[in-house]
Amino acid sequence: MSEVAALPTRKHEDFRYSDIDALAGVWPIAREEIVVADGGEESLQIVEDGAEAVARHLVISLGKGAKFDLRVLSAGPVYGRIAVDVRLAEGADFTLGAAQLATGSETLEVVTEVTHAGLNATSHQIVRSALAGHSVGTYLGRIAVERGADGTDAEQSVRAMLLDRTATANARPELEIYADDVKAAHGCAVGELDANGLFYLMSRGLTPPEAKRLMLQAFIAEAFTGAPGEAELSEAAIARLEQIL
Amino acid sequence: MTMLKIDNLQANVAEKPILKGLSLTINPGEIHAIMGPNGAGKSTLGYTLGGRPGYEVTGGSVDFLGQDLLELEPHERAAAGLFLGFQYPVEIPGVSFVQFLREAANAQRKGRGEEALSGGEFLKLAREKAGLLRMDMDMLKRPVNVGFSGGEKKRAEMVQMGILDPKLAILDETDSGLDIDALRICGEGINAIMRAPDKAVLLITHYQRLLDYVKPDFVHVLAAGRIVKTGGPELALRLEEEGYEAVVQETAA
Ligand SMILES: Nc1ncnc2c1ncn2[C@@H]1O[C@H](COP(=O)(O)OP(=O)(O)O)[C@@H](O)[C@H]1O
Ligand SMILES: [Mg+2]
Repeated sequence: MSEVAALPTRKHEDFRYSDIDALAGVWPIAREEIVVADGGEESLQIVEDGAEAVARHLVISLGKGAKFDLRVLSAGPVYGRIAVDVRLAEGADFTLGAAQLATGSETLEVVTEVTHAGLNATSHQIVRSALAGHSVGTYLGRIAVERGADGTDAEQSVRAMLLDRTATANARPELEIYADDVKAAHGCAVGELDANGLFYLMSRGLTPPEAKRLMLQAFIAEAFTGAPGEAELSEAAIARLEQIL
Repeated sequence: MTMLKIDNLQANVAEKPILKGLSLTINPGEIHAIMGPNGAGKSTLGYTLGGRPGYEVTGGSVDFLGQDLLELEPHERAAAGLFLGFQYPVEIPGVSFVQFLREAANAQRKGRGEEALSGGEFLKLAREKAGLLRMDMDMLKRPVNVGFSGGEKKRAEMVQMGILDPKLAILDETDSGLDIDALRICGEGINAIMRAPDKAVLLITHYQRLLDYVKPDFVHVLAAGRIVKTGGPELALRLEEEGYEAVVQETAA
């Protein structure tokens, strides 16, 4: 991703669904560099639960066999942007688990560029969004597999639940593959909560918001499975779900 | 007080009239069975009483323990003491039975102004009711109905009924998909949980066999959206022998 000096417009691919007015208030976005040396293991948990606009840009470089576990919970900002560029050397492993929980006219975006530069590196991205009101949740994810990065396994799983017909989900996975023996599973789905399941739960006594929250809790949990701070993330997600339902 | 009084109930599904003037009264302490051919409207009756969206009441009334049932939301019907056993219990990935049932039990208690059950109290209750249905507690730690066989789903429905302790249970084909042993276990479970002077059951079934275990006080035949015949347990035996058609036609004649 090239440096963007001036405030971008929506013509810029990486900002096509951004709230440009809100972005102006947090521009320019500082690059946060993270380097994990060969064989190193690190994790980072980001919980955005304030109402203020926030935008972050992480640039992560993973050495041979290095691992990085990134979890993101966007739960509150009027505008929340997380851009992540990751470069993986041979045998490195990158996990992203992100949940976007929005309502009102909030705009949330996760923008990733994952570059597999060495042999047999693995990346898994799971993004789950629950969008109410007029909110917008976006995932733009580019995966680049460089020449010689054979044996790459790059997975993207992106699912959004629209809690109101007025909410919008955008999901755009992109693949550029210049290597052999590459696995690149990607699934994107936008849906609504299963009406049969909701009635079943309500017929047992749960109120409509309780039934929705229980189903969404399970849906979102997929983004946090195996995280070092799984319990804390789930708790924060539940608190947010209770607000937006 | 009457438990349930359905008077001339009419309901549409997808704009199509399915219930066409159904009347039925159930008193506390009674067990009623509704039998009828496929497509007669048996499940529609259960869903309409449960308040399922899409089941539109176009006429008639339903009184449940002195309340206008049709005015209540599905969760309020549950809190008022109604339980619907599903013909096809729904799978809910990622949500465990234990978590769901504890929340459900406590939501109902809250709706009635009662204290919530603690985690320990709930587990004790769940273990007791699971035992009644010979269901392993570990099954209740799994996601709701996911990967359960047909018979396990039906037993899990009965465990839920035991935990939620309703006044009136409407059980839609609880016997379908059960082998002989599971049928007996479910039948005995229904008796243990629901045979009481202040409770009642409406069993929806195709077959006489469940009624060997859960002896009904009344048997009704539902055909084309209406109760066309009512009798005692002997009516179920006649239906089994002669078929619905003969019995229904004799009524029409
Ligand atoms: N969702 C639906 N949409 C359209 N028709 C339906 C729907 N559900 C049930 N029906 C129709 O309503 C009638 C009664 O169905 P049902 O109540 O399931 O019968 P039963 O349980 O007695 O077999 C059938 O003709 C069936 O096709
Ligand atoms: Mg049916």
